[in-house]
Amino acid sequence: MTDLPTSSYPALLVGLPVLMATISLFFKSRGNAVAGLIGCLLTGGLGIVSFAEVTQRGTLIHILGGWKPPLGILLRMDSLAALFIGITAVVGILISLYAWWYFSSRKVSDGKFTLFWSLWLFLWAGLNGLFLSNDLFNLYVTIEVITITAVALAVLSGRTVALFAGLRYLLAAITGSMAYLLGVALLYGSTGTLDLGLMGQALEPGATATFSLIIITLGLMIKKAAFPFHFWLPPAHSSALAPVSAILSALVVKGAFYIMLRLWTEVFGVSLSYAAGQLIGFTGAVAVIWGAWQALLQTNLKMLVAYSSISQMGYLLMAFPLLILAPGVASGSADWLAPAWTGMAYQVMAHAFAKSSLFLSAGIIVFALGHDRIESLRDLVAWKPMTAMAIGIAGVSLIGLPPSGGFMAKWMLLKGIFLSGQWWWAPAVLLGSLLTAGYVFMLLRLAFAPAREKIAFRPVPHILQVCALLLALGSFLIVLPSENLIQFLGGTESFGTGIESIMEGGVHGNE
Amino acid sequence: MEMNSLLLILILFSSLVPGILILLLHERQVFMRSFLNLLGAVVKVGLVAWVFAGYYSGEEYVFIFGLAPDLTFALQVDHLGLLFAALSAVLWLVTTIYAIGYLEGGKHLRRFFAFFSLCVTASTGIALSGNVVTFFVFYEFLTLSTYPLVVHRGDDIAVEAGRTYLWYTIGGGTVLFLGVVGLFVVAGPVYFGQTEIIANLVAENELQLTILFFIMLTGLAVKAAIFPFHGWLPIAMVAPAPVSALLHAVAVVKAGAFGIVRLVYDVYGIDTSEQMNLLTPLAVFAAFTIIYGSLKALFQDDFKKVLAYSTISQLSYIALGVAITGVLSTTGAVVHLVHQGIMKITMFFAAGNVAETYGYKKISQLNGIGRRMPLTMGAFTIAAFGMIGLPPIAGFVSKWYLGLGAIEAESYWVVLVLLASSAMNAAYFLPIVYRAWFCEEGHEMVHRRRPGRFETPALLLIPVVLTGLFSLAAGVFAASANSPLSIAREIAERLYLYLP
Repeated sequence: MTDLPTSSYPALLVGLPVLMATISLFFKSRGNAVAGLIGCLLTGGLGIVSFAEVTQRGTLIHILGGWKPPLGILLRMDSLAALFIGITAVVGILISLYAWWYFSSRKVSDGKFTLFWSLWLFLWAGLNGLFLSNDLFNLYVTIEVITITAVALAVLSGRTVALFAGLRYLLAAITGSMAYLLGVALLYGSTGTLDLGLMGQALEPGATATFSLIIITLGLMIKKAAFPFHFWLPPAHSSALAPVSAILSALVVKGAFYIMLRLWTEVFGVSLSYAAGQLIGFTGAVAVIWGAWQALLQTNLKMLVAYSSISQMGYLLMAFPLLILAPGVASGSADWLAPAWTGMAYQVMAHAFAKSSLFLSAGIIVFALGHDRIESLRDLVAWKPMTAMAIGIAGVSLIGLPPSGGFMAKWMLLKGIFLSGQWWWAPAVLLGSLLTAGYVFMLLRLAFAPAREKIAFRPVPHILQVCALLLALGSFLIVLPSENLIQFLGGTESFGTGIESIMEGGVHGNE
Repeated sequence: MEMNSLLLILILFSSLVPGILILLLHERQVFMRSFLNLLGAVVKVGLVAWVFAGYYSGEEYVFIFGLAPDLTFALQVDHLGLLFAALSAVLWLVTTIYAIGYLEGGKHLRRFFAFFSLCVTASTGIALSGNVVTFFVFYEFLTLSTYPLVVHRGDDIAVEAGRTYLWYTIGGGTVLFLGVVGLFVVAGPVYFGQTEIIANLVAENELQLTILFFIMLTGLAVKAAIFPFHGWLPIAMVAPAPVSALLHAVAVVKAGAFGIVRLVYDVYGIDTSEQMNLLTPLAVFAAFTIIYGSLKALFQDDFKKVLAYSTISQLSYIALGVAITGVLSTTGAVVHLVHQGIMKITMFFAAGNVAETYGYKKISQLNGIGRRMPLTMGAFTIAAFGMIGLPPIAGFVSKWYLGLGAIEAESYWVVLVLLASSAMNAAYFLPIVYRAWFCEEGHEMVHRRRPGRFETPALLLIPVVLTGLFSLAAGVFAASANSPLSIAREIAERLYLYLP
């Protein structure tokens, strides 16, 4: 791996936000926010530029301090990492702009939440670091950075509800981390390396490998709020401030998912069996339906959007069973791997855009009314047409109607499902879509319904609505370059060698 | 990009761009809004006419944009698509004029006209789609763009109706999605007209293809309002008259019917569909819907409800024509696609005029209305006679061909269905005509809501007269070149050209 083209982008992607976060800590209120915003814009810009660089030059690496692995730390930016970094950059910039106007137009008595900017930048550095990591310990460190900053952000408002929710979030996340760390220790003990690629080669099938697979997967599933470990997510995400909710649900949960994807495709090949894939897929399918059903029952907008995250994240897990071959299936004939893989990538992108947009819209409504009861959406099209539009567009992408990114995701996923012959996943995909349509149109129906009383609301800065609308549109615009994106993703190492190893493992595991 | 591909995109953009621009305007910029809308509508008619002329002189029009490996967004022009695109473009222009007059001074007009334009973009997109996936994209887009129109009034009844509308159409769309993906997996990307793909697969995958056909048919039947999926249509009548008019003539219901035509003729192919026995169930459901819709229409007093049930019945003529094989019945089905559109839009315009001018919404209030609104009711009478099937109006032509087709295919029960339906059509339309012209008005004089020189404002009067004349002309000049009938005839002959 060390012979790949090197670049300083990976180091900058982690270093710059850390630097800017530290700088912003030196300033008070206004200066802090200015430094923070500049830091966010720079980090985001850097993310986009480095994404473009990877599309040009292919996988980039950076060897920290010139110490080569296994001694030193190697950062790797392949197309999968670049995709996640790119999405984080685009969504992050828009959320930061929103946050700037959101905080600066609040009354002084509401508090200025000065810590927001430093925490958000540290979190961003953690995310970038996580996507770039190539060894298990770095992954652990970055996900801990993410957890701590995310919990701090979640309780930033200081409200009692948020504190309780944040405590639960913290406990769940730490349990997940401990499980993960235990697994890592076991793996290190048996292979003597932490590097993903080397470990994948050295790992022998057996009890240690299987046990660490199970415990690491469990830990990560807690962190990504997969069913049945989703209990902490709705209160934590819904009680946070609007920009924070958007960050948590659009980006943070994707971090744990990313580790899981990396480990399953690059390390655990030997221990995976067809049944393991089916089990993960099943929890995903249940999450899709359960989350959407719970969303339908909510009376508060932010709770609804939070449950919707559980449902949407379930779709990601439903791609796993397609990636592991049934006994007796030759890897050459498995033409459903590519659709399943790209479907998963599209779901990540579409959900990041749509969900952050929905939380920002919810923030606008809270800003205007002081609460987020769904009933208060009545007549929204008349008093906040642009927000109603954003909710509509983002919702359509969540449902998966064409021509949205969500549609591409579901199209690819269904195609993979049919091609692999695992047709039993199809009803879950479609039922999930229908239930999603149910809660999205519940919101839209109210938005068109007449108001029961005169609504008194606080004026909302126009730019907040623009940010939410742009994010919603983003979930559609990602379809335009899909041919190039899919080609780009197809060239990813995880897809090339990683899928290869997972397939071998799948076959191997069944022997 | 090549000129011809660009033209197809421009046809879509001629309504998409005004729609988006209108959304950016201010609610009070009435002139600009109407101007943009009319400009878009006129440009669209012009572009479609241009493509029409080009296509008949041998040009080819194809636009393909790759979304993913073998998943393409494709637009193409063929006879059938062109016919539907022309219908959409012309009726959109007429309806735009009508809507500007009808909604004058109303609320939320910016939203209304924006989504109105998007809705037409969707129906033109359906017409020009080159493959199943593209068709599906526009089919769903149509659902989304019509929802704000259905709930436009914004009161509780409208919002409830919108909910019913969405459950039906989103449900149907999901079922169709399943079918489309399934077809894609079994047969790969199917472009319209490539019937040999399915024909070659029948031997191996007969069961899958049969199941997929009925899944897709179910999805399409929801919009085409075929029994038992018709429930949304009478409820969606709460929408303003121009919306009902467009929804019933070219947009939603016609998209479903057009989809069925495409599915049978251009995806599975007549030969294969018949060989696999797919068409008999369609024929039975269509025939039942024809009778059922007419029966329900007999017992309505609400003017628009009568028209709604009549649409349910009339739409199934198309499905029935598709289900019977033969050049004549195919001609009947395709031509009815156009004829039903222009006749039904006339009737909705007329109903809207009466409601808007005098506030009459019930049939029992219509006594003597013909003398006060001679042009409106004259147009309505033409359309009603056409629906019943009296020569020389458009509806007669379609029924004639459907009937001949049924005899040709020796499906005599279909002839009975057609006769029974015509009798019922007469039974619910003739009383309206009779009341309008021959009954004395009641004692109390109702004052006009909108005084003016003509019987109703000119913007409302011109469209209804125009479409009334279209209905007459489509029948009278049916035999001439480039009439809907001759194009339908050409489509039918091409379809059966290569068949044994």
